[in-house]
Amino acid sequence: MNISRRKMLILLPAAAVAWESVLAGTPEASPNYKMSDHWWGMLIDISKCIGCGNCVRACQTENDVPDGHFRTWVERYHVDDLHLENPTVISPDGGKEGFPAVAEDAEKYFFVPKMCNHCADSPCTQVCPVGATFISPDGVVLIDQKYCLGCAYCVQACPYGCRYVHPEKHVADKCTLCYHRITKGLTTACCEACPTGSRQLADLKNPNDPIHAFLKTHNVQVLKPQMATGAKAFYNDLDGSVR
Amino acid sequence: MSAFKDARHLFRFAGLFVLAFLIFLVVRHYYVPKSFGQYGHYRGASIGEIAQLQVKFAGHQACEDCHTDVVAKKNTGKHAHVNCEACHGALASHANDPSAVKPVLPDTSVLCARCHTASAAKPKGFPQVDPAEHSQGLPCETCHNPHSPAMDAPAAAAGGAK
Repeated sequence: MNISRRKMLILLPAAAVAWESVLAGTPEASPNYKMSDHWWGMLIDISKCIGCGNCVRACQTENDVPDGHFRTWVERYHVDDLHLENPTVISPDGGKEGFPAVAEDAEKYFFVPKMCNHCADSPCTQVCPVGATFISPDGVVLIDQKYCLGCAYCVQACPYGCRYVHPEKHVADKCTLCYHRITKGLTTACCEACPTGSRQLADLKNPNDPIHAFLKTHNVQVLKPQMATGAKAFYNDLDGSVR
Repeated sequence: MSAFKDARHLFRFAGLFVLAFLIFLVVRHYYVPKSFGQYGHYRGASIGEIAQLQVKFAGHQACEDCHTDVVAKKNTGKHAHVNCEACHGALASHANDPSAVKPVLPDTSVLCARCHTASAAKPKGFPQVDPAEHSQGLPCETCHNPHSPAMDAPAAAAGGAK
């Protein structure tokens, strides 16, 4: 091959630019999505939840969640009269196939869908020794599974029990708030499948998002507020017995 | 140089230290991913990798683009706010290639019961029935159109069940 000095001088910077783009990695999937424009959360309306398990099944389908592990699950609370501190909680297979029917005139029963709260000050990201889990600039707690060692510190740190170690990948796994969907303008799989609108994806940075009106007019609570995790899963009609 | 005569071993040690530090910098340059620290103490490129995962639920907008007749029917009834894939399941594969992937029609006697089986644990305003007693084993679509479930007068007369 015969390359003149002039050609070489042109080719070298071009090769350098090409190599730089290789090193930079894959670009983001949605070119129109700007992380700085969003701050994601979730609204869960307990008064609308019927415990059908659609969300659990949808999540497992969308995210290939292994059997026996859950990125979202539904609990059924049973509070006997004044025993707020000792509710009976069941969640058969995460509520995936619904719940056994309850006969009439029993005590207080209700369903509580659970999932990652995508905390703004999340304990799970603080304990990661290698920087494999983090809060994205748009407020979603994510895991870099190529970086994760599977030490499970984060599994222990999450006060809501939302993480598990994937039985095949041997790395931590959890709800991504369907990050691959919300960045494409879709809602999460659980919200898409919820028949009663009990779950609503919320963009807290969008002033036109209906969540702002909802928060103003309803008694909304987060789980374990005393832990100051900055949880962004907002529960409407949350009973005091829920932990 | 005689002033440093007895300190030469220290210079050799310092040289070793500098060399080790340079090797550390070179190794670090190659082993730390380019995007580490782009947004914080993590690999910034992993955000893009997660965002690129495949979608399996197409979203109701994708369904409504083609199935306008069903949307029109659905909007007249109580199921107006139930998304298509809440009952029909994840169908992005069908939305991407409608001719190749044909959705399976759900079995209404299983599907409807999942939500509408009576239980005192459900919110009081939610319509609930005891399926065995309500339909005597008939599939729900014998009387109800799942897209707009309220029975109109002729269907009620023909269907029989309460």
